[in-house]
Amino acid sequence: MNALLASATVSTAEQVTFWVLAPLMVLAALMILISRKAVHSALWMATTMVILAVFFAMQGGVFLGVVQVVVYTGAVMMLFLFVLMLVGVDASDSFVETLRGQRWIAAVLGLGFAGLLLSGISRATFPPPAGVGVEDAASGGQVRALAEIIFTHYLFTFEVISAVLIVAAVGAMALTHRTQLTPRLSQTSLSRQRVSSGRVTPLPSPGVYARHNAVDTPALLPDGSPAEDSVPEHLRRRGLVRPTGPVELPHGDGEGNRS
Amino acid sequence: MTPTYYLYLAGIIFTIGASGVLLRRNSIVVFMCVELMLNASNLAFVTFARINGNLEGQVVAFFVMVVAAAEVVVGLAIIVTIFRSRRSASVDDPNLLKL
Repeated sequence: MNALLASATVSTAEQVTFWVLAPLMVLAALMILISRKAVHSALWMATTMVILAVFFAMQGGVFLGVVQVVVYTGAVMMLFLFVLMLVGVDASDSFVETLRGQRWIAAVLGLGFAGLLLSGISRATFPPPAGVGVEDAASGGQVRALAEIIFTHYLFTFEVISAVLIVAAVGAMALTHRTQLTPRLSQTSLSRQRVSSGRVTPLPSPGVYARHNAVDTPALLPDGSPAEDSVPEHLRRRGLVRPTGPVELPHGDGEGNRS
Repeated sequence: MTPTYYLYLAGIIFTIGASGVLLRRNSIVVFMCVELMLNASNLAFVTFARINGNLEGQVVAFFVMVVAAAEVVVGLAIIVTIFRSRRSASVDDPNLLKL
């Protein structure tokens, strides 16, 4: 039996899947609302989108289900998580009400809207489901039928949408572009700066000739005195430099063996 | 069970998304709720395509997805730009235009 034709009736398997996944989807959507941290919201959002992809595929939109996984859970959620990382992962939302009673008003409005929407759906009469894929099972699959519709009836829409995508990409680049306020440092100017500063070589690295190699341990000069330059400046300013005691030279037998 | 149940589900998800836009302050979460609303409308489109037996609903859902992707790109760019200048992702903070 063709799987596409099956979408005209609601099979037992579909019923079971629906009643398992639909409450899960509502729960995930509510968790987006409730989660205090934005990252948790993003993960619940990914859950919602994957379940939605299952629903698409179950209703005869196999291609749309795959696109949903690729575009939403693949690209859009990655973008969301990427921006979350830029903005700061642990920036949790403040739950202080700036508008008084906003939460209650929003809850009442939401419930009212849900009542309106659901009662409207319940009063509408729908024809018995015809099922998609009935007419295109003979013509070589659903993707082909979709392509025929997109590239004939909706060709102009398709072109407009592609223009929208390009404008969005260029717009995002223009929005996040930063103008350079200071002149760009070139290699020549950097080397001039270094020579005129009096120290051409890099700073000595910390702890190399000392007993520790931690960054707060200054390197020791040949005479045993600490080289203050080798410790990073912010540690020096805070006084976090580890003191180096008098150095005991190892008494060896000349072949590297310590006594 | 008829495919109408999917429409109820889409209605519930849409309402949750709309309430999220009203309730949350973090602009990224607000954005996710907008995406939720778009996804709910997509589910309704696909269900209607199934009820009516033609693929045009799926084509519209496909277009909605593309527009949603473009919208995410621009919206997140705006959020990043505001975060750069105000160091905040809360929708309460960009109030310089307020009289």
